Amino acid sequence: MPLLDLDPEVVATARALAAEAAAPVIDIARAHTTVAVERATLRLAGITGADTTHRAGDVPWVNRVVDTVREHCGLEHGVALPVFHALREHDLGSLTELAEATAAGQITYRLPEGRDATRAAKAARTAVARGLRTVDRNRAQRDRLVAKLGDPPRRPWIYLIVATGDIDEDVVQAANAARAGADIIAVIRSTGQSLLDYVPEGATHHGFAGTYATQENFRIMRAAMDEVSKEVGRYVRVTNYASGLCMPEIAVLAGLQRLDMMLNDSMYGILFRDINPIRTFVDQRFSRQVHARAGIIINTGEDNYLTTADAVDAAHTVTVSQLLNEHFAHEAGLPDELLGLGHAFEINPRVPDSFRMELAHALLARELFPDAPLKWMPPTKHMTGNVFDGYLLDGFFNLAGVLTGQSILLVGMMTEAVVTPFLSDRDLALANVRYVLEAAGNLREDFRPAPDGFIAKRAHQVLGEAVDLLARIVDEGLLEAIGKGTFGLMKRPADGGKGADGVIAKADGYTNPASELLEEGATA
Amino acid sequence: MKRHLRPYGDTTGDGMVQLSFTLPVPHGPRADGAAQQLANRMGIDPALVVHSHPIGEDFTFFVVYGSVSHIIDMDAVTVVEREYPLLTPGEINTAVKKALRRKLVVVGACIGTDAHTVGIDAILNIKGFAGEKGLEYYRELRVINLGAQVTVPELVKRARAEKADAVLVSQVVTQRDAHILNTQEMSAAFREAMGERKPLLVAGGPRFDPLMAGELGVDRVFGRGTTPGEVASYLVHALTTRKDTVPA
Repeated sequence: MPLLDLDPEVVATARALAAEAAAPVIDIARAHTTVAVERATLRLAGITGADTTHRAGDVPWVNRVVDTVREHCGLEHGVALPVFHALREHDLGSLTELAEATAAGQITYRLPEGRDATRAAKAARTAVARGLRTVDRNRAQRDRLVAKLGDPPRRPWIYLIVATGDIDEDVVQAANAARAGADIIAVIRSTGQSLLDYVPEGATHHGFAGTYATQENFRIMRAAMDEVSKEVGRYVRVTNYASGLCMPEIAVLAGLQRLDMMLNDSMYGILFRDINPIRTFVDQRFSRQVHARAGIIINTGEDNYLTTADAVDAAHTVTVSQLLNEHFAHEAGLPDELLGLGHAFEINPRVPDSFRMELAHALLARELFPDAPLKWMPPTKHMTGNVFDGYLLDGFFNLAGVLTGQSILLVGMMTEAVVTPFLSDRDLALANVRYVLEAAGNLREDFRPAPDGFIAKRAHQVLGEAVDLLARIVDEGLLEAIGKGTFGLMKRPADGGKGADGVIAKADGYTNPASELLEEGATA
Repeated sequence: MKRHLRPYGDTTGDGMVQLSFTLPVPHGPRADGAAQQLANRMGIDPALVVHSHPIGEDFTFFVVYGSVSHIIDMDAVTVVEREYPLLTPGEINTAVKKALRRKLVVVGACIGTDAHTVGIDAILNIKGFAGEKGLEYYRELRVINLGAQVTVPELVKRARAEKADAVLVSQVVTQRDAHILNTQEMSAAFREAMGERKPLLVAGGPRFDPLMAGELGVDRVFGRGTTPGEVASYLVHALTTRKDTVPA
């Protein structure tokens, strides 16, 4: 039941403005491809492995092939036609053989014409469709396992992070966390992976403050959590990160390995990693199409704005970003039930009425997006090292989460910003969540903020500010707004940032069977 | 202040402390006994195991209160003082505005073949490190992050073009002392190209020892665990005191 009495007309205006602001960016995303989108396409077509003899270390075969195609004939027509033409021309059995021959300098790529082009397009579509059918099978398998083992018994789902750097150690910690009550396990990535323009290969054991996202690491964690799911009698979901320069490829790998949720924000890479805005919007659209196909819940990153900007002054930028993320997601085919829009409990606890404001913001998100599995993020900015203060603050965060009906609760650690969590920190954090859920889980039934009270007024104010900001963004253009530092205070011009050289304007006759199959929803 | 101290619980000299820890042992009387023994060896006697509970089948968590026998002699307390004060981002911005009346320009890079941008990104990117935002976050700093595998001549050229006040280089790979040789090459190149007008040179990496600055020919070295705030505070300190001694 709605508690804030939001004006449906204001809400409709907000959505219409978000759509208007996003439209030019979506046009740009449709008109361009990127090296990462092309690599993701070939990964769906079945290319795996890396060139272990390269002097720069293990270079994935898919990078070798896409780079070489680009050198020989450009990427403006897509990688599919030149690659599948070469495969036939040289009578090779697999893309991996083609990659090896490419590395040996035996292949000259060119854009085929006439019947050659038709044949190459058909072969590419067949290969990519095979990959997408694996994604489809994984989705069906998830549905079966959820039906058999069950979802968590209540909302919010409890989301815990592991981050050891070593996938084998991650598995141990994740299994313990799931046994102790975690419903969702997220493996944090190694620092710096965002800016790698390739996806590392194989099982990895030496990350920095996190574990590399690789196809093999995904497989290992999903397999381990399938075992634990049987043991605990509920389906334990696995989360990773489709962000950075390899967003589309990681989205494909997640679909191929049946991950269940992926961090995927439309602007995070631009703002917090200084990745080129066009690159990000193109990559984001493709990756979300893949997530939609895989039935993966995306988690957006609005919590990050509040760690740089002030959580009170910038509250409306979170709402604006949620509305933009929603629109981009819908456009890419994601339904509401896969939209884990993010927000966070980051108001300075020394600000008077901070908890009431948190409730207002959280309730606003809940009522603006009634069908989205909202992700509620714990305090980080005002965790000081005084673990006793931190434990109390996390308790209030948990309470705000249950009072406002949040869907996914990322468990806060009292040792945030002190150490990577001890075994006991996780245990105490889960005890905190359990206490609040048991003591106040149904308090929501009795929670009726006064119609003209502080909470309702604050929520209306934030929504109003969000509408004003959206109107300004429509006026000046989303890319210009990002360039001027509207979000998270970061200024990111459209032609700057990393990975800009990996953006290519599509030519007439651009062919990408993955995009076609995803847009059509076809399986062959 | 008294010279000899013991912890204060609720009475002077009672020595009372609290601590919590986990032992890899199943919960039970033997676990509590083990916790008590550990506390005794830490100098807590008597030690009260006021709480214990199992974490899974193989671990037990304890809360212990007790009196420590150790006495602290304040005259024997020595601390390594940072040569510069740790400032907040706001203070840093104000200090830069006041001292330079323009933005402070920082150029950062991973030099040589090193492709590990983890360190330089943790210090420069807004995302930052250990809960602190990177230098990009500071309004009064202009940050140019050249990324990985930057050659020394490129770095010198760019630092000159941008009129860099400070150059930060990060080195992770230590094979055959690459981190030392690369950094020495870098500092020599700046000395040769710019002499006394060279920017402040700062090297960072997990295998560097802060005492190596002289050997490396740089102004400051930061080791493992350094946060962006420490680097920013240092830059402000070094550049403002430099200005004092060499008036423009």
